[in-house]
Amino acid sequence: MAANENVLIMDHVSYKYSPGTAYEVTALDDVSLTIKEGEFIGIIGHTGSGKSTLVQHLNGLMKATEGHVYFNGQDIYDKDYNMKNLRTQVGMVFQYPEHQLFETTVFEDVKFGPKNQGLSEEDQIKRAYEALELVKLPEEFFLASPFELSGGQKRRAAIAGVIAMKPSVLILDEPTAGLDPKGRDDVLSLISEMHEKRGDTVILVSHSMEDVANYVDRIIVMDTGKPVYDGTPSQVFANYKELEQMGLAAPAVTYVMNDLKDAGLDVATTATTVFEARDEILRMLNK
Amino acid sequence: MAFIKSKDLVHEYIRRDEEGNVESIQTALDHVNLNIEPGQFISILGHNGSGKSTFAKHINALLTPSEGMILVDGMNTSDEEYTFSVRQAAGMVFQNPDNQIIASVVDEDVAFGPENIGIPTDQIIERVENALKMVGMYKYKSHSPNKLSGGQKQRVAIAGVMAMEPKCIILDEPTAMLDPDGRADVLRAVHELNKLKHITVILITHYMEEVVDSDYVYVMEKGKIFMEGKPREIFKDVEKLKEHSLDVPQVTLLAHELKKAGVPLSDCILTRQELVDELVKIKKGGQI
Repeated sequence: MAANENVLIMDHVSYKYSPGTAYEVTALDDVSLTIKEGEFIGIIGHTGSGKSTLVQHLNGLMKATEGHVYFNGQDIYDKDYNMKNLRTQVGMVFQYPEHQLFETTVFEDVKFGPKNQGLSEEDQIKRAYEALELVKLPEEFFLASPFELSGGQKRRAAIAGVIAMKPSVLILDEPTAGLDPKGRDDVLSLISEMHEKRGDTVILVSHSMEDVANYVDRIIVMDTGKPVYDGTPSQVFANYKELEQMGLAAPAVTYVMNDLKDAGLDVATTATTVFEARDEILRMLNK
Repeated sequence: MAFIKSKDLVHEYIRRDEEGNVESIQTALDHVNLNIEPGQFISILGHNGSGKSTFAKHINALLTPSEGMILVDGMNTSDEEYTFSVRQAAGMVFQNPDNQIIASVVDEDVAFGPENIGIPTDQIIERVENALKMVGMYKYKSHSPNKLSGGQKQRVAIAGVMAMEPKCIILDEPTAMLDPDGRADVLRAVHELNKLKHITVILITHYMEEVVDSDYVYVMEKGKIFMEGKPREIFKDVEKLKEHSLDVPQVTLLAHELKKAGVPLSDCILTRQELVDELVKIKKGGQI
């Protein structure tokens, strides 16, 4: 496959809960978007904005009530489409993935995915080993019970379980929820490193603007079931006032830059990370 | 007199095998000494596993000391006679709102606490209404808690504690599972309780942004208090905080980076406004 080809396409996808009843709720409202191979995307939105519903359409866990989803050019709703294959190709790490660890040892747990793919025992072991190495779980924990690990380690083990299936698209739904700042930084830099090593497509669902701005190339903002902004972090956070009305916020440094500009200083307001802001302020001061 | 006074407080989690022999001892609190005055807004920061939640559980006698002692409103928590009075004096709100809500209607949930301590019905109704108003959830009083957002549920949980009319409220990572909106709502409600009702607040968190407005901050690590002071004093030492992988608010971090690059800013900047004002002054004064 050539680089930058469209991996996933959503074409006018809508999803309604309880359609045709008094409880009908539109969770996705005519969403069209394309995701290219190798992209690192952040999807943000407040609770109930449809971001989790959106990603669950990408690996066929939820079926659109209207519209189509294409993976590598094929309509995943075709009758003879291999859904099982799609789910190994588009790997999903759910919220609190450590709740899904169930085997007696970490190693067995990570092997479970490749085993279901029908790989030989030898390949399963190889895959599990590689995946655990990729998530940097120390070897002494490989044969430990998953329940003996710390919160951050459990999460790594759970991510390894998905990586072991070698998906070409990796979706993570709030991978840092409930972790402390160190655990959060560890998991995010791990995801970013793995993305660089594997060159896979990564979709990160989050409500932490700072996290997203620091790592991703493209941000999609969801509100009331629709993508309202789609672009680079600086493009998206330029709309910080509108984001606020949606119950979101831009990174704190974006506000600083805008405040400086309002105070009459000649600064660009596109900074979304501490280092970008520092460089821009230094440039302004030295002028 | 101090509302909470802990003296050489030690807590050990002891693991035993099937025969009851000690397998391992983990010291979660290691000689903690602190005094909290009534009406203060206190924050306790630290990593997972630093002992901050263990300490919180000592304040309302969910745990009692292995060594040393802790006095809450003058009552020794080790004395079983006081257990209920301690819990009435110090109410606790936990991290996950879904684990704390038990009734099927919001006002019934808030009434659960006062009912349990035998408050007469007419007073319960009054307490519930006041508590819900304080956290800005009064208009949801007849709703089902299931349909509320995380931040709203957490505020209902706080109202439930408030209806017991405690002197102190302990919040153990109350915003960890909330989105930015929900976090702001919960913090606003807690600050109001502190200011208007003079309730002593102990906020346990790992979000640095949330402690900026507190009166005093304790930072815990490995069961010990390793830094304490006013927020400004704590955040002055950006390098030390980073060394211990604690999070520093983005604005403070930006100010720190600018200072390192030679911009003459004051020592510890906590708010956006302070940073912007100083930068404007520097630019206009042509100090560079």
